[in-house]
Amino acid sequence: MTVKSSVDNKSSGRPLLQLEHLSVASKKSPSHYLVNDVSFSIEAGKTTCVVGESGSGKSLTALSVMGLLSKQLQLSNGKVLFNDAELGLLDLAHLDAESLRKIRGAKIAMIFQEPMTSLNPVLTIGYQIGESLTTHLGLKGAALKIRIASLLEMVGIPVDRANSYPDELSGGQRQRVMIAMSIACEPQLLIADEPTTALDVTVQAQILKLLDELKNRMNMGMLFITHDFGVVADIADNVVVMFRGKIVESGTKSDVLNYPQHPYTKALLACVPDVDGIKPLQPIDYRWLDELSPVALLEEEKL
Amino acid sequence: MTDNVLVANNLIKTYTQRSGKFGFGTTLVKALDDVSISLRRGSTLAVVGESGSGKSTLARCLLQLQPLDSGEVLFAGQDLSKMSGKELRVARKDLQMVFQDPFASLNPRMRVGEIVGEGLLVHAIGNQATQQQQVIAMLKRVGLSEADMQKYPHEFSGGQRQRIGIARALVLQPKVVVCDEPVSALDVSIQAQILLLLKELQQEMTLSYVFISHDLRVVRHIANDIVVMNAGKVVEQGSVVDIYRQPQHEYTRNLLASIPGKKAA
Repeated sequence: MTVKSSVDNKSSGRPLLQLEHLSVASKKSPSHYLVNDVSFSIEAGKTTCVVGESGSGKSLTALSVMGLLSKQLQLSNGKVLFNDAELGLLDLAHLDAESLRKIRGAKIAMIFQEPMTSLNPVLTIGYQIGESLTTHLGLKGAALKIRIASLLEMVGIPVDRANSYPDELSGGQRQRVMIAMSIACEPQLLIADEPTTALDVTVQAQILKLLDELKNRMNMGMLFITHDFGVVADIADNVVVMFRGKIVESGTKSDVLNYPQHPYTKALLACVPDVDGIKPLQPIDYRWLDELSPVALLEEEKL
Repeated sequence: MTDNVLVANNLIKTYTQRSGKFGFGTTLVKALDDVSISLRRGSTLAVVGESGSGKSTLARCLLQLQPLDSGEVLFAGQDLSKMSGKELRVARKDLQMVFQDPFASLNPRMRVGEIVGEGLLVHAIGNQATQQQQVIAMLKRVGLSEADMQKYPHEFSGGQRQRIGIARALVLQPKVVVCDEPVSALDVSIQAQILLLLKELQQEMTLSYVFISHDLRVVRHIANDIVVMNAGKVVEQGSVVDIYRQPQHEYTRNLLASIPGKKAA
């Protein structure tokens, strides 16, 4: 059953989410770590951005928090400590499926990158927003309708659109619906996996602002995955930089962006085009990085 | 102006869209509404705008991949929109395109050597041996190897596939290359590599680019001139420096203000 810690009480200084030495490997080759000894924590009301290139393990890290890893993968090591306001300290990595289901969507919610593929095209958006409210909170009938309306209002969609289907909405509106779904049960932790990558810059700016407002209003912790340092600069409190499954650097936003320590972070920042066009673009020289981490390279060749 | 390699005047393109209940009604969408642009030889003209602004339609209409309703596209003194299919095929040797999605734009059943060499074959340039040499040289130039000729597209990463797409476009030694969001599907680090490659190749081969993008940070680094589009219309055009420094139109200002990280830490 639930792994509950008897020692901790909820108001102790523990962070909302704490990853301890998290490792994910494929079942076929258990020695090849896709996420390798990752530890960081997220405070309530704060945003932690995980930055990295594709294949760096940032999405896998998020999925393992939710217990949504694909069947070919396994959590080979580590703890996912979630400090729930009611249930106390839980290790999500070792929770049974039934208990995990109660947490998913209710206490921890997730927003995905592609709003069109994550919404069901044959159900109205009102129904989809209401689903988790019925499942987790048992809301029905008029009470449910009122709650759906207030959620739509919160994310800035006209309430009469509740009966619309996803294809009748624009990309930005769909992402707003996804946000409404995710915050429906007032989760304590919101995981956003590149929620604005598929959107236009203007819409992206609106969505980032909305997420930030909601986070502050509901005092949520936010785990925000992105590859865009511009977005990091706008939304993060803390930054975690990942490279080949490992954390190479973490710290506060201003430290990481202004005084990057690790050569990879420096290289990654150097290849982001700046608005003024002054800084020359500098692609990452991986050969040089390989020399820094021969272990990572060896592991890659084994696969 | 003799300096311009490609000039488009008063392009109009309208799509019909089904609307209303069960799609019985139709509405007209003006994807291009009196658009005129000119591309200077050896320079890069960026077309920016949000999705639905008509920038991809413009790219396709410039190369006559889609027929225009009206307007003219002048290349080497000839109007492309009035050409027959046969004439167009000949002209397209000089007009190439690099597509956005490196996964969808390469035929999965063809080897890379065939993909890159197909243009040479179609335009019957040289014999088999010289074609092979040209393909190898081009692959090497974009950072791939001779051995990659025998591989299939799925064996490559996104950035490498985009290199293949670039090799395919450039092996014909074109004069104008239309790049439709060539880096928007790529990681920042790969994006920087591809942008630099495009810039180098432009200098070596005196290419002129039409560069479609929604990322104003990328545009700042690659473009000389800019066209800002909104709802099928050109709202502003000018040199990159001018537009970034002093955007005249409200829409442009809004776009620039939305760039993430402007108020950076």
